Amino acid sequence: MSSRWKFWVIGGLVFVLVAAAIFLPILRRRVKRAARLQQQSEEQARRELTQPIAINPGDPRVKTKLFWAADAETSTLAPVVVELPLSNDPVLRSKQVLNVLLAGPVDAELRTLPPDAVLLAFYLLPDGTGIADFSEALATSIPSGVASEQLAVDSITRTLEANVPKVQRLKILIHGQEVETLAGHLDLTDAFVVNTKLGQPPATPAVNPPSTAPAALTPDKAPSKLAQPEQKPK
Amino acid sequence: MARGFDMLIEVRNIFRIRKFFLFAALSVTLAGAAIVSSQTPVPSSPPGAQAPVTTPTASPQSVAPGSVPAPFGMQTQRNGLSVVVLDPAHGGTDPGARGTGGIRESEIVLDMAVQVRRSLELQGFQVVQTRQGNENPSFDDRSATANAQRGAVFVTLHISSTGMPGTVHVYVNSDLPPVTNANGLIPWERAQAPFLGLSKRFGDLVQGQLSQRFKGSPDAAQGASVRQLRTTAAPAIAVEISSIIVEDRAELDRMGPGIADAIARGAAAFKPSYIVPSAPGALP
Repeated sequence: MSSRWKFWVIGGLVFVLVAAAIFLPILRRRVKRAARLQQQSEEQARRELTQPIAINPGDPRVKTKLFWAADAETSTLAPVVVELPLSNDPVLRSKQVLNVLLAGPVDAELRTLPPDAVLLAFYLLPDGTGIADFSEALATSIPSGVASEQLAVDSITRTLEANVPKVQRLKILIHGQEVETLAGHLDLTDAFVVNTKLGQPPATPAVNPPSTAPAALTPDKAPSKLAQPEQKPK
Repeated sequence: MARGFDMLIEVRNIFRIRKFFLFAALSVTLAGAAIVSSQTPVPSSPPGAQAPVTTPTASPQSVAPGSVPAPFGMQTQRNGLSVVVLDPAHGGTDPGARGTGGIRESEIVLDMAVQVRRSLELQGFQVVQTRQGNENPSFDDRSATANAQRGAVFVTLHISSTGMPGTVHVYVNSDLPPVTNANGLIPWERAQAPFLGLSKRFGDLVQGQLSQRFKGSPDAAQGASVRQLRTTAAPAIAVEISSIIVEDRAELDRMGPGIADAIARGAAAFKPSYIVPSAPGALP
């Protein structure tokens, strides 16, 4: 091989080495970034897709009642009135008020919901039942206990009651799933009454109701036995 | 070949003998369990079983305990409330609320249940616990323990993560949708519905006792959608102590005797207002 060829071959190899030295770190960074994106949980992806409904400044400004804790010690709620532009659409309006509720009050001690909880979706059924789907943080980050869990749900239902009259009942889902309790205490199996005047659910029929209207069950009348549960939750 | 066959027969015989002994041991165990369960007041039935429900009455004046002669074939009438089902919440893989110093709700309520049990027994009550150690029965299993009793009240013990430390709150189930009477059955999911009034009365009595001992506690029981209470067919309350955020567990331990005494006195005060029928499903 002539010296000229040697020069070109070595030169080519040096060029390849230099190019590899420059591009390999860049390639490595890109691969790492892609892997990190893949590792993002489904919930995080959903969270990115379901960005909080922005307040549209064009909407009419209305006085909005938001229910946060009255103080840090007692488990009572106090309304805070703020003027916000809210949509007339009940679903959008529900999302707007719940997002403001999740954002929390100025005083962080008066929060009723965990700061990392996110409203993933909100639906409204024709019968007035709203379905609010929250991220898992609502269940995992909330302080465990009857008082704190009841306060969280009350703040949601009372805020909806004050601002979205069309929502009569509220069913809470966690990450799209029905759960038995919020954080080990509060019952989430049924829908909560939001509008106390309209939202009372019908009487729950017992097993195989007879054709004739049965008398109401009173402690003095009923020889009663428990029906079997359909499914034993665990 | 023949030797191998003989060995195979021997192995089979060994298995037969083992099976026989296993069967015998199982029979003895079951017979023993049957004898024990017939003697103790703690029959535990699975939640799927049709558990008899006591028929409560709201008026203590209407029938004095034990004054109504039992119909033929029925058991004699028990003298009102006699059993308290104590439920130390959480347990097993569920520690409940956790304090900064590694305090676990499940451990404290289990220890506290021992003190409550002692106070209740001093008042003459029989006490049944839903768990004795670090296990975690399901909500329905705990309710089933209470629903298998006749003339019982149910008390579930909790420690909160929030609230003013040193206070105690009593919760009863919020209003449940009314249950229509069909075939004499109450849906398991609504077992608490007919007992709401009695639960409120029982809760108020216990809360009244607690407010005398723990300053800052409310005077009356509050309503909440407590899952554990919903499937319990008896006067049922949740007692929640504030709170797990105390720096030293001793602060909570010091509350134990007062809580135990308040629950026992509350149950004793409630006893006359809870008339227990002579047999499952029968009227008092």
